[in-house]
This record gives sequence, structure tokens and C-alpha cells, in this order.
Amino acid sequence: MHELSVCQSMLRQVEEIAQREQATSVERIVIQIGPLSGVVPELLQQAFTIARCGTRAEAAELVTQTQPVRVHCLQCGYDSDAQANRLLCAECGDYRTRLISGDELLLASVELTRN
Amino acid sequence: MCDTCGCNVTHGNRHLIEEGGKHAHTSDDHVAIEVLENLLSENDHQAAHNREHFERHGVLAINLMSSPGSGKTRLLERTIDHLKERYKIGVIEGDLETENDAQRIRDKGVPAVQITTGTACHLDAHMIHQALHQTPLDELDLLFIENVGNLVCPASFDLGQHLNVTLLSVTEGDDKPAKYPVIFRAADHVLITKSDLLPLLDDFDPDNAGQSLQQLAYKNPITLVSAKSDQGMDEWLDWLEAQLNQASATEPTTASV
Repeated sequence: MHELSVCQSMLRQVEEIAQREQATSVERIVIQIGPLSGVVPELLQQAFTIARCGTRAEAAELVTQTQPVRVHCLQCGYDSDAQANRLLCAECGDYRTRLISGDELLLASVELTRN
Repeated sequence: MCDTCGCNVTHGNRHLIEEGGKHAHTSDDHVAIEVLENLLSENDHQAAHNREHFERHGVLAINLMSSPGSGKTRLLERTIDHLKERYKIGVIEGDLETENDAQRIRDKGVPAVQITTGTACHLDAHMIHQALHQTPLDELDLLFIENVGNLVCPASFDLGQHLNVTLLSVTEGDDKPAKYPVIFRAADHVLITKSDLLPLLDDFDPDNAGQSLQQLAYKNPITLVSAKSDQGMDEWLDWLEAQLNQASATEPTTASV
């Protein structure tokens, strides 16, 4: 439900960049979203189709890159894949891990057209 | 104009923006710019400003999150009863509608600002900034922000708080942390509330909740607490005091501007 807020915030950032770069339109917006970011990519896509109207990104494509959930074990030092609700070390099973990827909520890049 | 949202995409020009259309193609003046900024940078910027504001006034800000009805306001009322002689406390209340919760807090003799979000499912840093204009920060040691009851959206928005406390009541499932990992991972303290009801509920096992939290690599305290019987209140209040002491010890170095 908060994806529309996230999307509007993203579009304000994109508009600022487009203005700074004197672009007439935005062709593509690339974002990185991890499963632990709290944002659902599909809902963000839906929100985007509404929120982009009337902006320079009206015809832009929104590309979502999903980052894998990975943890670093603070006990044995091993890096492994994990699941959003099971962040245990795959090597030794310890719970004392640190997330190294999977909570991203990033505007990675934008592609613009200048006239 | 588009019938759905009022935009200027029409049936006549829609083909231009769809795949293969004129506007879908990039031109020669096409430029790619790497950004790598948080998608909520606007909110984060405001949150950092709020945090600076708290620190300048020597206020510790704590964000309370949980599903609706898990006892956030009740916990605050009881916490105020215990601490108000020693600390100056203020509360910002977030709800979709009504002043009810702020009134309950004011009845305890503590200043409270109610934010009504209308349909918004979470508080954001800008709403907190607005509420701070009505909050006597100079007179406070501790500010609680009671977020909108929701286990999903509040987790994504930094308000400028120093600490997050997430409540899980025993009338909910003990597997809630596995279902809502984002909000429970963000917690600096998880309170399992309404513990006085545990004898009546054979399907909530605090150990299961603990295991579910451990699977999220959760390393912070978990306290069983009842604002009715006062079970666990000492542990919660001790933790709060430790945080207040720690904050005031580091204040001279963290307070900026």
C-alpha cells in the first residue's frame, strides 16, 4: 500500500535529475529492490503506471533488479544465500549473521533524452 | 485526457509510448546516468533533519510499531505511570482517524500530538517534522512515536528515531516474525505484550516467537510484558533507562549544528 508513496518519491528524484540534465523525457528508470526492503516490485510497477502520468517519465520503462538475500556469518565468516525469514548461516547454521544483500531500495540509474 | 488518472495519454497517442512506439525508442541524444541513491532519499533527508533536531534538544526518540490492537497505547500509559516522575516524556500518536489515543496520553499529564493520516498506512519523516512544531522538545527527555498500527508499511520509513520497538501481542500468532520479517528485523527490542492472557491461550508459545525472531538473525532483547499485571515492566523500564543513560552520555559528541 505504501508503494505509491515510494513511487512518488522516486519520480520526484527522477524529475530533479531530468531537470538538472536538461532532458526532455526519461526513457528508463532502473531500480534495485531486495526482498527485505519492504517494497513489493509488482505493486511498485502498478503504482508507477499511475504516478508517472504528467511527468517527464510518462513514457519511461521501470526496470526492477531484484537482489538476492545473502548473509555473512559472524561466527564462521562464511557468506551464503538465505531467505527473507531465515537468515541463518548455510555453513554452520548460526543465527549471528549480518545481511550483506537483500534490503536494497535504490534508484540505480536513469536513461534520459535531450533534444 | 486519460479517463483513469487524468493524465494526457490518450487512445490516440498511447501507441507512441508503448513498445515499438516513437517515444519508446531512445534517440541519439540519449544519456544514461548512474544514481545509486535510496529511493526514499527525500524521506531519509527529512529523517536525518529530525534526528539532528532531537539530538540538539537532548531527546531520545523511540518508534513503536505493531499491528493494530497489540497494546501500544496501553503500554505507553503504563510506562508513563512508572517514569513520569523521573523523566519528561512526550508522545506523537499516529492513527488514520480520531484524537482518542492522544487524549488517553494527555489524561496521564503528558503532552501528546495526534497525527491523523487519513488513508495513509504509515507515518513518514515529513509528518513527524510537522508534529514537532507542536511538541515542546526543550522540555522533554524521551519522545515516543506511536506509529500507525500496521506490520508492513511503517518499516520502510525512517522517521528520525533513535530506536525501534516492535510489539507482538499473545493474541496474535507466534509465527508473526516469520510472516513480517522486515518490521521485526528492524527492532531494537521486541515486546511480547498482553502476557497476562497467556494462561488462556494455548496456541501462543513465547519460545516459538523467540525462535522465529532468531531465524531473522535478531540479536536484541525480547521481553514478555503485561501493562495490566505489570509482568516484565521492570525489564522494559530498565532497558529504557539504560538507553536514556547511554544517549545522554554520548550527547555532546552526537549533537550537531
